[in-house]
Amino acid sequence: MSQVNRLNSASKSTSINREKMFSFKFNGQTFQGYEGDTLASALLANGQILVGRSFKYHRPRGIFTAGSEEPNALIHLRTGAHQEPNARATVAELFNGLVATSQNHRGPLKYDLMAINDLMSPFLSAGFYYKTFMWPKVLWEKLYEPVIRHAAGLGELSKLDDPDIYDKGFLHCDILIIGAGPSGLSAALAAGQAGSRVILADEDFQMGGRLNSETYEVAGMAGSEWVSNTIDALAAMDNVRLMKRTTVIGAFDHGIYSAVERKTDHLLQSDGKPRQVLWKIYSKHAILSAGSTERPIAFPNNDRPGVMLAAAVRSYANRWEVTPGQAVSIFTNNDDGWRTATDLAAKGVKIAAVVDSRSIAPLAEFPGAHIEMGTEVVNTSGRHGLQTITLSNGKIIDTDCLAVSGGWNPNVHLSCHHRGIPQWNKELLAFVPGGELPPEMYVSGAANGDLSLASAIKSGHDIANKLSKALGHKGRVKACAKAENESTANSDFWFVKTDTKNRSWVDLQNDVTTKDIVLAQQEGFNSVEHVKRYTTLGMATDQGKTSNLPAMAVMADNAGKTIPEIGTTIFRPPYTPVSMSTFAGRSRGKDFRPTRLTPSHQYAEKQGAVFVEVGAWMRSQWLPKTGETHWRESVDREVTQTRNSVGMCDVSTLGKIDIQGKDAGEFLNRIYCNTFATLKVGMVRYGLMLREDGIAMDDGTTARLTETQFVMTTTTANAVSVFRHMEFCRQCLWPDLDVHLISATEQYAQYSVAGPNARKLLEKVVDKEFDISNEGFPFMACGEISVCGGTPARLFRISFSGELAYEIAVPTRYGVSMMEALMEAGSEFDSVVYGTEALGVMRIEKGHAAGNELNGQTTAHNLGMGRMVSKKKDSIGNMLSERPNMVKDDANRLVGFFPVDKSNNLNAGMHFMTTGKEANTANDEGWMTSVAFSPSLGHSIGIGYIKNGHERTGETVTAFNGLQDNTMEVEIVSAHFIDPKGERLRV
Amino acid sequence: MIINHPLLGPRDAAEFVYLGDASLMNRPEWKGEDASEEQTEKTLDAYHDYLYIRENKAGEHKELWYHEQGDRSWLVVTRHTISHEITKVELARDVAVANGNKS
Amino acid sequence: MRYSALKVIKEALTGHKGWDPVWRSPEPKKHYDVIIVGGGGHGLATAHYLANQYGITNVAVLEKGWIGGGNVGRNTTIIRSNYLLPENEPFYEYSMKLWENLEQDTNYNSMVSQRGILNLYHSDGQRDAFVRRGNGMIMAGAGADLLDQDAVREMYPFLDFDNARFPIKGGLLQKRGGTVRHDAVAWGYARGADSKGVDIIQNCEVTGFDIKDGICTGVKTTKGNIGANKVAVCVAGSSSRVMAQAGMNLPIESHVLQAFVTEGLKPVIDGVVTFGAGHFYVSQSDKGGLVFGGDLDGYNSYAQRGNLPVVEDVCEGGIAIMPAIGRAKLLRMWGGIMDMSMDGSPFIDRTHVKGLYFNGGWCYGGFKATPASGMCYAHLLATDTPHEVAKGFKLDRFRSGGMIDEKGVGAQPNLH
Repeated sequence: MSQVNRLNSASKSTSINREKMFSFKFNGQTFQGYEGDTLASALLANGQILVGRSFKYHRPRGIFTAGSEEPNALIHLRTGAHQEPNARATVAELFNGLVATSQNHRGPLKYDLMAINDLMSPFLSAGFYYKTFMWPKVLWEKLYEPVIRHAAGLGELSKLDDPDIYDKGFLHCDILIIGAGPSGLSAALAAGQAGSRVILADEDFQMGGRLNSETYEVAGMAGSEWVSNTIDALAAMDNVRLMKRTTVIGAFDHGIYSAVERKTDHLLQSDGKPRQVLWKIYSKHAILSAGSTERPIAFPNNDRPGVMLAAAVRSYANRWEVTPGQAVSIFTNNDDGWRTATDLAAKGVKIAAVVDSRSIAPLAEFPGAHIEMGTEVVNTSGRHGLQTITLSNGKIIDTDCLAVSGGWNPNVHLSCHHRGIPQWNKELLAFVPGGELPPEMYVSGAANGDLSLASAIKSGHDIANKLSKALGHKGRVKACAKAENESTANSDFWFVKTDTKNRSWVDLQNDVTTKDIVLAQQEGFNSVEHVKRYTTLGMATDQGKTSNLPAMAVMADNAGKTIPEIGTTIFRPPYTPVSMSTFAGRSRGKDFRPTRLTPSHQYAEKQGAVFVEVGAWMRSQWLPKTGETHWRESVDREVTQTRNSVGMCDVSTLGKIDIQGKDAGEFLNRIYCNTFATLKVGMVRYGLMLREDGIAMDDGTTARLTETQFVMTTTTANAVSVFRHMEFCRQCLWPDLDVHLISATEQYAQYSVAGPNARKLLEKVVDKEFDISNEGFPFMACGEISVCGGTPARLFRISFSGELAYEIAVPTRYGVSMMEALMEAGSEFDSVVYGTEALGVMRIEKGHAAGNELNGQTTAHNLGMGRMVSKKKDSIGNMLSERPNMVKDDANRLVGFFPVDKSNNLNAGMHFMTTGKEANTANDEGWMTSVAFSPSLGHSIGIGYIKNGHERTGETVTAFNGLQDNTMEVEIVSAHFIDPKGERLRV
Repeated sequence: MIINHPLLGPRDAAEFVYLGDASLMNRPEWKGEDASEEQTEKTLDAYHDYLYIRENKAGEHKELWYHEQGDRSWLVVTRHTISHEITKVELARDVAVANGNKS
Repeated sequence: MRYSALKVIKEALTGHKGWDPVWRSPEPKKHYDVIIVGGGGHGLATAHYLANQYGITNVAVLEKGWIGGGNVGRNTTIIRSNYLLPENEPFYEYSMKLWENLEQDTNYNSMVSQRGILNLYHSDGQRDAFVRRGNGMIMAGAGADLLDQDAVREMYPFLDFDNARFPIKGGLLQKRGGTVRHDAVAWGYARGADSKGVDIIQNCEVTGFDIKDGICTGVKTTKGNIGANKVAVCVAGSSSRVMAQAGMNLPIESHVLQAFVTEGLKPVIDGVVTFGAGHFYVSQSDKGGLVFGGDLDGYNSYAQRGNLPVVEDVCEGGIAIMPAIGRAKLLRMWGGIMDMSMDGSPFIDRTHVKGLYFNGGWCYGGFKATPASGMCYAHLLATDTPHEVAKGFKLDRFRSGGMIDEKGVGAQPNLH
């Protein structure tokens, strides 16, 4: 029969829509529920009591709560790539077509093979694994641990890419109100009426908090009616934003809160909409009105399906019109627990017993029910669902649902996110917010210990009113709604003491029992943090929302201390678990980071270039021609054509910094270790930049365009950090210098034109009035010119390849046409476009350092540029580069290497050692930084650092490469493999 | 975190790049062209302390932030290293000038 | 009490009544040979090795809170010896060897689990650096394997190989890398030290040092003054605060590093995987949670909590290489305070005050170093000479220019 436990209540709840029937599947079986149900309420309606298994002992587990604090009812929601592990059935909104399966069992849920762990439980006490699995040593990793790992975990990932999309957004408000229960709603109403900009966020899909689950009246009407009227009023205010299905997960610095809004989790399909949105909410103030959570009482065998929190049972009956059992019993230590009996009885549910630990007069009578005062539940029976409870007076009562109430804990979590410790309130017998709250956070209602409805409504109203006034909002705030001041009488009773072998659970998910806690203390784990870590208490998916306090009570009792003396662990974000995709948002796949394209990208694409990621840039790596099957073929051709005639390469990614001012020369003198102030207008100089610690930071060329204007180039990798460093020097160290900096990296397309025919080619594109003859425009000259009949350009005669070479820069928008013009002009010379690989080969052939050499660990001394560090002036890094360990005679020096057997290929990352010595750390003499196959020489070449290398030319050493099994003998040579005298540069 | 830029108003800290203790603005004097060995060692000591040694206070901390996604100004931010509360934000250049920093 | 299979069975059958405290809780004596300030992993390891290797047992470990509550209790549990520089690699390899024998050494199962650590690379430059590093590891006896893309795909088929912004080109694998149950390390060392008579004193905060004429003779604590021949400070995260009481400023900044864990999941990631083009590393605990982390928050902090931008950055990195973990839910985030040194490498050294020793500056690499740090510090305390594998970890190395800068980012702690 369908929905056996759905009540046919006379007073219809507005929370479910009986007109709209949904069909769903759990473990392959089809059930029906209503719009407004959660998966949990629908399962209960259908009499599905058993929904999962516990973590360690694989004990049968049923639904325990009606909210996000649920420890038991964790399921796989949806299937395939959409499968969400560890979804809480108690907050999963029902939709037509929902599919869920139970998790953490082998074989059917009812007959889980892993339940054998339960029989082994005497061996699996808290921390058992620390004392065993050590003999013999080898078996830990070979046997014991794999078995443990295999059994571990709860839900299962699909191992498929998350198919949904996720968004992020920013919101700003005067007052963020967290929780739309009675206190939050009245706060929002007051703040909204006053005129404050308000965001009201609630994790539930229906605002109202406990008012949806109780039978209280507010302002003379049913609580749920007041909720609905209040929401209508708030929705009509432009200054109020209502956000249901939105969990505020963390309180961060300076009033920034993070919230997760579930956009399509309640729909069958997301239809291209984001599944969830991560909001960053910038607030002036926040009111935490997150309510409170009921806590259980620990007693023997209290973990059976059918044992639930009393307020949850009430929620199912009142909000969803479902009874979790046909004969419901109550076990309480407080007045509130009795309301469950009253409410269920009013709905016609049979009450089997009310068991109250207090020896007071009964608060009510129920037909046919046992009323047992001063009595405790001492045992239960029913493997897959509760059947009986045994009382301390010996009575055994038939019951299929036991509603347990141990009092209420204020939801202080967010108030502790700045590490403020909550404080014990003796009257409430609970922790309330205390210590240092996040600045500008206020706490209202039950979250602050104002447990009664009337006080919760009033405290929210009063705080919001006060904050709004302080913000200067003068709107008229109406008096707050009146409600009853119901009894919140409570008692200091936490767990049933027993000397039987039966276990009493405190953490239902992680299977931590009162005995485990006592054992931990016996073994010296006295701090609450130690007990938590030793027993895994409170570390499950519910983060101990229902288990922490009963556990502390056990600890306190065992240690002869009070609960506040035991202390509490720290609450940390997030308030409830959040999908990793939600934090990642759109930054995934190709959009993980922005992509920067060079000005000639379209041109290169047309040529079929192979692109490579260089930081954020995409650069042409090589440009294969038809018929070329291996990258080396293309690269060798590009190098050879360039060296034989002329080649072009897009070097726009190099950082370009425009430096202007009358002190620009002096500024550069201090930024570079070598001298720059003397550089003549119209000339370029190579500069080496040190960090203040004397290590090489960056290198490049800087051109002096006028007396007061320089253009610096940096390496691609350091473009941003060099600019930042120079701004630091300018603003913080030498504010007296008249100098200004502008990044011009994106403003120019810049191409290298290299090879013996470079000038001839350029003469065809450079406008005739500019003399670029060898005499008129010598090596290291620069100038502002125009090309192609008036297009402004800059020309620099500099060379990275070792050939006669220029770099020509034009405004970025001419990037593609400049490249086309160059190639057209070059057609008669068999010109070629070369990529970063050929660029790399040529710079290695020339012995120029690049990123592999300038890796942040090398000095000018290592690079063989020690003499460049001018000792005649102050410059960044000048002083500390003099430290003894940085100028040692036997320091690593950059030199070149040939394989002794020229048919061998070298690898970057080889380590050098004297031939014949063992390959160990003590014998390590340096390493190969960069290698290439040199088409010019016809074999592999490399450059690298080796101790005292500059004095070892001609020596043969071993280049160790055990990693790639390619160890070989190499000869130390000059790093300048081609044209060592630099003649080609000057022709 | 939010940094209240003296010119641009409150800005998310994500717009900035952090450097460290504002004492990094107090770069020691160079030893000079013909310094004695003693002067060189003294200057090296001063540079060592300047670059490497930190008070590393658990409390109010003056520190340098660079508005990279903004106006490229360096700021001196006074921030508490336990509460993260920011009590003062200044343009580093103003601080440098007031401090008498010179080339 | 020795733990043995027989003992475990006997206790299981008799209600676990016979287990003694793992360590005692004595009151402090008036004087010790050595006082170790800080009951974290390194302090407890130092005490253990002092007592068990160097025969010095008149030792107290003073802890201001509960032992193991510092960074040994809040890290991502990874162990590895895959360092680049010759000053570091032999030290971490020594540590690895000590890890490999830890259970037998302490008679406590800290669940050392060598399931491998894989560093992914995404560019030729990264590959070159990994080859350099891998060869250095082999030369130090640590072992290393270079994997190409196919080999990585075989190990972790659900990484994003096809749609990545920074495609995975391969990885450097250290098979001996892995994870350890971090809390158990503190407890195991505490047990090992306690069993030889070392006094572990919790809730005892050091409030000052007794220093006269350049000699340290003891400490002032919340439990009174305690004398000592040698005082060994070992409080990474609080180093600057504690050493300020001895009048010293250090080459250290304090930074917050966040770490994260998801809900428990059935096995999906066997070893440790690190992303080479973003800030993300992950492993799966024996309980099933994905334990992951990334970069520092980046500003000086003593707050033990971080902010949202780094949480997002780390998860972006995670989803960039493993879009299949997108529906795993982040359960808990926490922050630890790192002693970030000026070159990213630690200190184990004497100070200019006689009798006062310093161990700190572990950046975010302290956990894996725990055994070797303890052993080398014990060696220094016992012999007054640095241990062979820790010779480079000197406090004055910046003055001489002997930086040990693995990343090559210079004197900027938040970049190490």
